[in-house]
Amino acid sequence: MTSLNKKLFRDLWHIRGQALAIAVVIAGGIATLVMALSAVDSLQETRRAFNEQYRFAHVFAHAKRAPNWVAKEIAAIPGVQRAEGRIAQDIIIDVANMPEPARGRVVSREAEGQSRLNDIVIRRGRDLRRAHPNEVLVNEAFAQAHGLQLGDIIHGNFNQHRRGLRIVGVALSPEFVYAIGPGDVVPDSRHFGVLWMSREALEAAYDLKGAFNNLTLTLSRAGSLADVIVQVDRLLAPYGGIGAYGRADQLSDAFVTSEMEQLEHLAVVIPPVFLVIAAFLFNVVIARIIQADREQIGLLKAFGYSYIDVGWLYLKLVLLITALGIFIGWSTGAWMGYAVTGLYRDFFRFPFLHFQVDSSTLAISACVGIFSAVIGTLSIVRRAVAIAPAVAMTPPMPSAYQASIIENLGLAQFLSQPARMIVRYIFRWPLRAMLTITGIAFSVAILVMSLFFFDAVGKMMEVHFFETERQDMSLTFVELRTDALRYNIDDLPGVLLVETFRIARAKLRLGHREERVAIRGLDADMELSRLVDINDRVVTPPPEGIILSSTLAKLLAAREGDIVTVSALEGRRRVRQLPVVRIIRQYIGLGAYMDRRALNRLMGEGDIISGAHLSTDRRIEPALYSALKGVPALLGLAVRRAALKTFSDMIEQHLHTMIFFYLTFAALIAVGVIYNSARISLSERARELASLRVLGFTRREVGAILAGELALLTFVALPLGCLAGYGLADLLVKLFDTKLYRLPLYIADATYGYAVLMVIAATIGSAWLVLRRVAALDLIAVMKTRE
Amino acid sequence: MEEDGKHAGESRTPVFRTVNLTKVYRGDGNDVWALRGIDLALHEGEIVVLLGPSGSGKSTFLNILGGLDHPSSGQVFFRRQELTAFDDNALTLYRRDHIGFVFQFYNLIPSLTARENVALVTEIAANPLTPEAALALVGLEDRMDHFPAQLSGGEQQRVAVARSVAKRPDVLLCDEPTGALDSATGIGVLAAIEGVNRELGTTAVIITHNAGIAAMADRVIAFADGRIAGISVNEERLPAHAISW
Repeated sequence: MTSLNKKLFRDLWHIRGQALAIAVVIAGGIATLVMALSAVDSLQETRRAFNEQYRFAHVFAHAKRAPNWVAKEIAAIPGVQRAEGRIAQDIIIDVANMPEPARGRVVSREAEGQSRLNDIVIRRGRDLRRAHPNEVLVNEAFAQAHGLQLGDIIHGNFNQHRRGLRIVGVALSPEFVYAIGPGDVVPDSRHFGVLWMSREALEAAYDLKGAFNNLTLTLSRAGSLADVIVQVDRLLAPYGGIGAYGRADQLSDAFVTSEMEQLEHLAVVIPPVFLVIAAFLFNVVIARIIQADREQIGLLKAFGYSYIDVGWLYLKLVLLITALGIFIGWSTGAWMGYAVTGLYRDFFRFPFLHFQVDSSTLAISACVGIFSAVIGTLSIVRRAVAIAPAVAMTPPMPSAYQASIIENLGLAQFLSQPARMIVRYIFRWPLRAMLTITGIAFSVAILVMSLFFFDAVGKMMEVHFFETERQDMSLTFVELRTDALRYNIDDLPGVLLVETFRIARAKLRLGHREERVAIRGLDADMELSRLVDINDRVVTPPPEGIILSSTLAKLLAAREGDIVTVSALEGRRRVRQLPVVRIIRQYIGLGAYMDRRALNRLMGEGDIISGAHLSTDRRIEPALYSALKGVPALLGLAVRRAALKTFSDMIEQHLHTMIFFYLTFAALIAVGVIYNSARISLSERARELASLRVLGFTRREVGAILAGELALLTFVALPLGCLAGYGLADLLVKLFDTKLYRLPLYIADATYGYAVLMVIAATIGSAWLVLRRVAALDLIAVMKTRE
Repeated sequence: MEEDGKHAGESRTPVFRTVNLTKVYRGDGNDVWALRGIDLALHEGEIVVLLGPSGSGKSTFLNILGGLDHPSSGQVFFRRQELTAFDDNALTLYRRDHIGFVFQFYNLIPSLTARENVALVTEIAANPLTPEAALALVGLEDRMDHFPAQLSGGEQQRVAVARSVAKRPDVLLCDEPTGALDSATGIGVLAAIEGVNRELGTTAVIITHNAGIAAMADRVIAFADGRIAGISVNEERLPAHAISW
């Protein structure tokens, strides 16, 4: 090894604590990047393979009853590769050992696997057999949630007839990777199941012989989604078609996409924070090393080493530390990616999930790591090697100080001499102080941002379940019933309050923008399901006009007062112009609301309801459940308590892991920044501090100068960090704004409190590490050496 | 102090008394003896110059007197107290209350002005001079609000002297105070030390390589190889201004 390299390694060993701190910060950035990208790659590849292998459709459409030949016509539309009609229906499932009825989606399956689209993977058991109409396949999540075994019997209400079904197999489908019930906020595998039954059995049950009510198709390579949808809608309209949609609006697929987008956003937002801070740290640490090495640099150059030799020496130091960071980042990132992918394996239902870390992910992450390190140090190294040897070997001028701004403002009289030392030192190196403040602020910001997820999701839940959807249960019915049905429901045991609603599918159009929505018709005096505006005021649907959620309004570029074209997709398929009377804030889904009677007039079908919200007496709920199981018209049942539990379970599993990672990172940044800052301060001021010790200052008093400086910087950084945290949260809110849901920009006061306390703890910890060294200051050696 | 009675015949009482003081730096097989049994008494109000080549042990001796270092064996008495029995905290307080240091490389706090460098000490001292009075003592009354970077080497060293004497120390320990200065500036600094000795009666111990400085001392103690090689007494002290080198 050359002497220069020996020097390199010894220097590295000498600054090992600081080097490790920087490497860890780099590792944080690299790890997040590798985690997010590897999880996205793994999910994407898994989804692609699953969708392709099992021929997941591109377009989905529902109708009332369309003859089979229509499917053939649709298959002949240019751009359609294959189209299949089938029967799909929402039903109520009765599972032994669960008092409340579950909701289900039953889908027809051609006997002996003749279906070409949306095929299923049979995980256990076997496929359906011809001429066994009571055989059923259930989705894996539902089977697991209830411990269902092959041969078990479950009951379903088919077209008002209760029927026992024998489970012959457990299956997965690309259509239900994210098996979420209609109107649910999160998948609840206990209360929502997917059943596959033979086409013949369902044709008989729903009186659809020679017809279908659901159609899916795949596009050929050249097929245009928009054009095909127009054609499908045209062909299905006479048969009660309610509008075809693509994968982007297919609930399961849209959720998977949304999750992957979230991960990608994290990969964009978080790593730069780490890498910028790493560049900062490199900048100050290398600047300090080079300053201390000034004479050596002069000497090396005097000996005849070139600028490049000397510059490369310091760059190598930077690259070694970076390499360590990259290595740590790769391995933790891969481990975290594996953990996160594991979470998705439980969350999504894929038959296989291959975890993979692309070499391109590794290469990209290494490149950004090296890039940030070199950016952070190049100018310093260049400046250092450019000094003429003779100049380098003379000591630098003593640092010129001046009274700081604070003192010039007349505050000097309040400052002791040590306090002045602190303030002037900070103002003497304002850039470095700013970097330290920025670093500390970022760690506060990351903490605020991570904890913000809990606040936002909590707020979302609060608004959804406690301010707007306050009903204990929601029922939906097989057919549109007259409002008189509400009195029948009112008579059921334990029902305290009934409020009915109407749901009708329609297309809303404003200018060239169009959205397919379910318009909800509400009564003006509703107590349970309410609309609440941004200012927490209850909004009642006026007799005319339509209320839009802010997201829907944004998609349509609609403002209050605009006239939207509403094309009903049900009933008489009327088209009406309606004014937008109000825009309300809503965190889940795309909401459109009207007065129920006005909606019914629009549909032209009389006094009709689609469902009812109930307030119930919890003590006699079991009686209500068994009564409901006997209501033939019941199509769906959502229980608020169950939804809340599912939601908090999901947060428990999902969010906690992610947030644990970010909390760790934030702590690492805080410690990395503060430790380095304190170490540099100590090394630069060893002489001053030793002087103070010689003058009779105690260790505690000398330590207080270092600690005071850190405390002051931290104190300034904390509010900035809270502000930056708010900014990051705002950025995430904007990035996570999807059709499915959006996060409220709500940060609880306690979140700022926790973030601040954690960073203060990190400051104290790092300060303690450095302050131990004050005790070890060699008074004699320091006093004897030249500055 | 028991010595008071025993040495009643001597004109001055000892500030420091050392008994068989040794200092060994332990190395891998080759120990370095910095001090090999020093027995010495230094008296109130005298100026003592320690002369000797590099490595003769004079700095080690001074550092031990100042509570910056511990001897390997032997005892040091500061007046009635045994310094060698002090722990780190007691030594810190001892330095704070009794000792002023002047080093070759000034060791001023660059972020504090001349006045503030002095105030640094007066703020923690029991009965200090004002910073202004201390700076006047060294002739810097009109440079008080300058930062170290704005002062010449001699001025910086005079600030260091002012800072050391501002708390009215019992002893001023100076390690090569003129080592980094030219002759004229150095004499200014020595004059400041002499003035403090005269005005406040502060005992001063000055380490130097420069034999010329010995003329301003009451006693000159020569160190060689960790031992005292000789002690000479000047019947008549020369004023600092009369010295030249």
